[in-house]
Amino acid sequence: MKLIGFLRLLILSMALGLGTAYAVPDLPDDFTAMDTPDDAGYSATLSWSVVPGETADMEYVIEVAENQDGPWYQAAAIPATLSHRTNFPGIYGFADDNINYHALNIDTYAVPSQEEIGQVDKVRLKNGQDYFFKLSSRMDGTSSDTFRVVKTQVYGNYFSMRKLNNFIIMLFVAFFVLFFIFKAKRNPGKLFLRKISGLDAVDEALGRATEMGKPVFFIHGIATMAEIPTIASINILSRVAQKVAEFDTTLKVTNYDPIVMAVSQETVKEAYVKEGRPDAFVQENVSLTAADQFSYAAAVDGMMVREKPAANFFMGTFFAESLLLSETGASTGAIQIAGTDSYTQLPFFVTTCDYTLMGEELYAASAYLSREPKLLGSIKGQDMGKAALIVLIIVGSILSSFGVEFLTHLLKSM
Amino acid sequence: MFWKRTLPVAIAFIFGIIGVALYYIPHQVAQDGLNTFNGWLRIIQGFALFIGFASLLRLHWTKMKRKSEGWGYSIFVFIGFIVTIGFSLYNEGHYFLESRVSDGKVDWIYLNIVYPATSTMFAMLAFFVASAAFRTFRARSVEAAILLIAAVIVMFGKTPFAAMISDSIPEFAQWLLAVPNLAVKRALYFGICLGSISTSLRIIFGIERSYLGGE
Repeated sequence: MKLIGFLRLLILSMALGLGTAYAVPDLPDDFTAMDTPDDAGYSATLSWSVVPGETADMEYVIEVAENQDGPWYQAAAIPATLSHRTNFPGIYGFADDNINYHALNIDTYAVPSQEEIGQVDKVRLKNGQDYFFKLSSRMDGTSSDTFRVVKTQVYGNYFSMRKLNNFIIMLFVAFFVLFFIFKAKRNPGKLFLRKISGLDAVDEALGRATEMGKPVFFIHGIATMAEIPTIASINILSRVAQKVAEFDTTLKVTNYDPIVMAVSQETVKEAYVKEGRPDAFVQENVSLTAADQFSYAAAVDGMMVREKPAANFFMGTFFAESLLLSETGASTGAIQIAGTDSYTQLPFFVTTCDYTLMGEELYAASAYLSREPKLLGSIKGQDMGKAALIVLIIVGSILSSFGVEFLTHLLKSM
Repeated sequence: MFWKRTLPVAIAFIFGIIGVALYYIPHQVAQDGLNTFNGWLRIIQGFALFIGFASLLRLHWTKMKRKSEGWGYSIFVFIGFIVTIGFSLYNEGHYFLESRVSDGKVDWIYLNIVYPATSTMFAMLAFFVASAAFRTFRARSVEAAILLIAAVIVMFGKTPFAAMISDSIPEFAQWLLAVPNLAVKRALYFGICLGSISTSLRIIFGIERSYLGGE
């Protein structure tokens, strides 16, 4: 009896198993293909509805062909419960029913290798070529009887619409900055800039160096000339060099990058020429110190300990060497002014330096030191942009708290 | 005037605008252009490296000639330079026209001299942190006292002992990092981004010319 019962159970299980194998849900009729927007091309995006009865062990198979008659090559096989339009907000947005549609990017397909039997080569989709995409499904190795075929062409795009929000904000801030620059040009002397202690202390630091007859060190960060903080630090160097030339003291500029060194040499030289002191410029004082992070820190530390500068300026992008440099400078008794956008290093500079220019103050320094109306106007424009962003953040936070995500989605980077 | 002012400002304007445009153009033509510009940058970097080394060697040669303080260290610059360049050119007998042979003398110099030396510098950071922390954590003002308390909570909250006393301590430490700390970081970041845009515009439109030696 037990044996018969077991056989019945076995037959029933097999029947159920076979039943599941053949119960592949019907394919949806809304299978679509399109060129993937906002890219360099070489990619198509496919989409189709979620159908009832999809399970984790069911797979959707995508095949690609250049002709409708084939040959067809497999491009992807994904579990039926994965890859929805919600994974592609840059293409499909944030609509609630995105979860009811599958979506998939296809950029390559597999063709049998000509060199090794049994292997496949990945072939990239070509721009300007028509492609046919076939959707089928399978479960437990059994493919569905039906399939869907659609056609599209892939090509590169000339504007990334998913960066449109970024573009508009950039134009918006640029408008404010340029507007206030031209306004300042017409009405100079009407701009207020809050006091920045670190920059007010520049004269004090240089005066101290002059009185003590000791050099001033300008220590560049370890970023290249392609980084904006380095450009900002070069602008500050120019202002500092002019004052140094005026006070007739020694300025030593340490460099990590050879291009930064070359630009610094020219900047300091021009500043000395402008002050009518071209003879005081010594090229060896603006040199490459080391082109390796910790070698640079060791070399500058050594210079500080030997020469005991009266003032140290740390300007630009810094990493782990920040504390090694500034703590050594502090131990030599120098007055220290740091300026960086590396917010992970700010605590170290705040701890060890007398004054620290934080983030945007680094960019404002050149304008602040020069007091040129046009440059001050750009700071005003920047502040207006900041005010607008603060308003957006407050409004966005309130809306988001009430479940209205419109503004959050509008400003989202995709 | 043309070579020293007008031309550099015109180049900054043209390449500044192209640089901004390339960010928004995903087309392959734009990406190829970007790669070309990056290639030019690498070529300039290569030439600049020669200028940099020449500057470094001239500086140390002058120091040695004048017997300035610490001139003895400059000898090591020359020794290091000559030995490394020599072994690089020799390339384990394959010379410099062939690719660098791995596990050769240059690698030995890197692994046995440069690497331990830089690691030592990095390790010294721990002592520098302790020294700086000691100075900062003397609660001489309200701000310093807040910093001290927050630092103690965060540091203690990250140790296993904190969770043994109460689960709230690590949670509070994490809250300090994830909420007030992150808020300040983001505020700084907004300022940095706007400052970057403003500085870029000033340079692109030739309003900021201090990098050319002033107005």
